[in-house]
Amino acid sequence: MSPKTLRAMKVAVFILCLLPLGKLALEAFGVAGMSLGANPVEELLHRCGKWGLNFLLITLAITPLRRLSGWNAAIRFRRMLGLFAFFYILLHFLVYAGLDQRFAMQYIVEDIVERPYITLGIIALVLLLPLAITSTNGMMRRLGRRWQKLHRLVYPIAILAVWHFYWQVKQDILEPLIYAGILALLLGVRYFYHLQRKRKQHALTMDKKLRSETP
Amino acid sequence: MKQPNRIKSWEITSESNFINRRAFLASAGLAAAGATLLPATGNAAVRELETVPGPYSTDEEPNSWEDVTTYNNFYEFGTGKEDPYRYAQDFVTEPWTVRIEGECEKPGDYAFEDLVAPHALEDRVYRHRCVEAWSMVVPWVGIPLGDLLKRFEPNSDAKYVRFETLYDPRRMPGQRRAVLDWPYVEGLTIEEAMHPLTLMTVGVYGKSLPNQNGAPLRLVIPWKYGFKGIKSIVKIEFTKRQPRNSWNVSAPHEYGFYANVNPEVDHPRWSQARERRIGAGLFAEKQPTLMFNGYAEEVASLYSGLDLRKNY
Repeated sequence: MSPKTLRAMKVAVFILCLLPLGKLALEAFGVAGMSLGANPVEELLHRCGKWGLNFLLITLAITPLRRLSGWNAAIRFRRMLGLFAFFYILLHFLVYAGLDQRFAMQYIVEDIVERPYITLGIIALVLLLPLAITSTNGMMRRLGRRWQKLHRLVYPIAILAVWHFYWQVKQDILEPLIYAGILALLLGVRYFYHLQRKRKQHALTMDKKLRSETP
Repeated sequence: MKQPNRIKSWEITSESNFINRRAFLASAGLAAAGATLLPATGNAAVRELETVPGPYSTDEEPNSWEDVTTYNNFYEFGTGKEDPYRYAQDFVTEPWTVRIEGECEKPGDYAFEDLVAPHALEDRVYRHRCVEAWSMVVPWVGIPLGDLLKRFEPNSDAKYVRFETLYDPRRMPGQRRAVLDWPYVEGLTIEEAMHPLTLMTVGVYGKSLPNQNGAPLRLVIPWKYGFKGIKSIVKIEFTKRQPRNSWNVSAPHEYGFYANVNPEVDHPRWSQARERRIGAGLFAEKQPTLMFNGYAEEVASLYSGLDLRKNY
């Protein structure tokens, strides 16, 4: 892919990622009869959270997509998608803290301490912070091999996020279960690759050993 | 008795509500035009009711018709808040029969019209508090449940009243998934059922109930969480023993039999101390939840000596 095409595609993906926010904004301002419905705070809260979760899973789908399709350029979009996950999750938190609780620390702290699903959500957000901060090229260079290790935090973050959703739902757990299923698939594929890699390595070392042992 | 030009409390309303009402009346008019060809069914059959002012109305401003009829929990039509509005439009409630049974002298199958006909329909503007920590103010139309129940002459063994919603997955698509143990069941003590605040509700905003609000008849118990207000009732049974209600069956640690609004007893997963008033807008603060939803003066005596923490 030429740098020019890549650039154009990145701009297109960037705009696509902003569409959910755009729709929420139009609904919030009541443009063209659109609305957030009878409970706008809840609607904003849930939609931002859902999009954060969507982008987390989309980000986690890049590696399997790349391996299955052989389209290596897919990796070029991963950072942007991951940052959009962070962006929507941060918005989700700000809607909760700002609109729902109106920054009343006593209620926010009570929620984090006493309500397990909120505890999980906050942990996921806090764990996301270092990943967002170290997403620049400079940080990647500076951290070297440790960068990849650090960014594997996205696996527990995704698990926490789906769990947070599952625990929040009142009764109908179908939707969080679908998210859990997709996440299990995405993590399962990685485990499979990991096993494959190990087997290959094992085969290689066995091969070397055999060769060194034969006179 | 009836005063033709009487202004009801909910008729003094904000402009946005007025416009919503007008839009609704316009569409109702269109439906009425269609009715010359076909009899109106489903929500097209929603009609004006003749009502008298009832007691216990709050002077808080009611939520708009749109809020009341598009933001509903009625899992028989789906678990999303707008699902009932979307999927209940064509639900047909005529004819409708209610079976009365159990500890009473006059059990039997009663047509909806025969149940309601002997009673005056009262306007009652009640606060409505959902267990999910949101609330509304709703101008219901109904008859005191006690007046209705007395007609069946419950005997001295009638300690509780058990109510059941229609079970018909063909007409109620939400019942095709086992989200709850269908049919929906609710229950009250006989004292709660006979309390003058308890309303067998047949309408809202001066009209017959839209389907998404539980047509053709539902309970409203304003001091209890909304899920006690069972909708589309087909069976009423007087029982000796406390019936198990659907939410209690599905999650006994989260939902009890009494389900009285109580800001001091939290839901295991969220606080009940405050509530979000629907319609207050994006930047409104939550408001404190009142004991018994503000009806403590009327109902607290029903529970004297009862540990409300254990009997949630």
